[in-house]
Amino acid sequence: MADASPRTDISTDADTDEKNQRFDRGQSTAVVASDSSDRSKDKLDQKTLRRLAQNREAARKSRLRKKAYVQQLESSRLKLTQLEQELQRARQQGIFISSSGDQAHSMSGNGAMAFDVEYARWLEEQNKQINELRSAVNSHASDTELRMVVDGIMAHYDEIFRLKANAAKADVFHLLSGMWKTPAERCFMWLGGFRSSELLKLLVNQLEPLTEQQLVGIGNLQQSSQQAEDALSQGMEALQQSLAETLSSGSLGSSGSGNVANYMGQMAMAMGKLGTLEGFIRQADNLRQQTLQQMHRILTTRQSARALLAIHDYFSRLRALSSLWMARPRE
Amino acid sequence: MDRVRDLASKKAAVIFTKSSCCMCHSIKTLFYELGASPAIHELDQDANGREIEWALRALGCNPSVPAVFIGGRYVGSAKDVISLHVDGSLKQMLIDARAIWF
Repeated sequence: MADASPRTDISTDADTDEKNQRFDRGQSTAVVASDSSDRSKDKLDQKTLRRLAQNREAARKSRLRKKAYVQQLESSRLKLTQLEQELQRARQQGIFISSSGDQAHSMSGNGAMAFDVEYARWLEEQNKQINELRSAVNSHASDTELRMVVDGIMAHYDEIFRLKANAAKADVFHLLSGMWKTPAERCFMWLGGFRSSELLKLLVNQLEPLTEQQLVGIGNLQQSSQQAEDALSQGMEALQQSLAETLSSGSLGSSGSGNVANYMGQMAMAMGKLGTLEGFIRQADNLRQQTLQQMHRILTTRQSARALLAIHDYFSRLRALSSLWMARPRE
Repeated sequence: MDRVRDLASKKAAVIFTKSSCCMCHSIKTLFYELGASPAIHELDQDANGREIEWALRALGCNPSVPAVFIGGRYVGSAKDVISLHVDGSLKQMLIDARAIWF
């Protein structure tokens, strides 16, 4: 019988089965005893043939398994590289991630890392409280109940300002850098935190209806907040200018042995000026805290609840935006 | 202390500062923004500067500058001024002391 090429598996004729059998047997087609004249010999050959066929089948399956395993390894390796890159990116962002490799380093009492951890915990707690508030509002809870939750959230805000005050003492530049926030939040940062006047602008639209008195109150609050922000910003600018003047006094770029005393004096003065940064962050946070409290005073409990939900929602969206941005596909 | 009281009563709004203090610059800016013209006393330019600073600390002002007086009464430091400004009290105090008119 004509030996069909093992590679041809497109067959529509009646011989398909036989051809497939031959295909499975692979190269053995040459060994097929098409001559069935010798029966006993044929039988032996049949056993051998079957064994050989089974061996070949086993080998084939083994090859397929190996191929699958290697493919799995390859994709795992790819995933690992991706994860490593993400980790690197996250570390650069300043997110605290402990690794098995540098225990000693992470225990070095770093004020920045300590604050990052505290802030993460604070955020988690706030998410819980906000969810509680949301369900209370949605389930039409009583004013008394609402007030309890709202007061809790206000007290929780006091807590972050306390934490930030401590962090300002430990590492003012970390706070100023905003590395403890997500990128999009950082974009809108002012003196180590959010801008109260901007927040109020957002809220006015979300809080209607407001009484005439409330509108005036919120309007005044927005203006006061803006004025205080401008005043603090100007103070910061004055500080930068003053610092620049201190560092550039005397001659830059020339070497003079007699300048050492001057240099040290300059540095001492500059150090003093840097020390006042903490004060600016503290007052900026003070402004934020006072603004929130005054807002709470002007609004009813229900309105405060809506305001707090709106504020949280806004920042959540900024954080989500940051995540999307970090995960965006790049060419 | 007498010197402080004396200086503080000379004008409706009085602020003790130091020329090198940038927070003082912020508080001054805020007062100008509100339309007030406070009397400014720079302690590092005053012969009795140290004495005055000591008296301000005794009043509880920490840091000693900026120290704000309205209508002759001690109002506080930067922190107090900002808090009072946010709840509208500062403006009212200035109006009451005739430092501003509206």
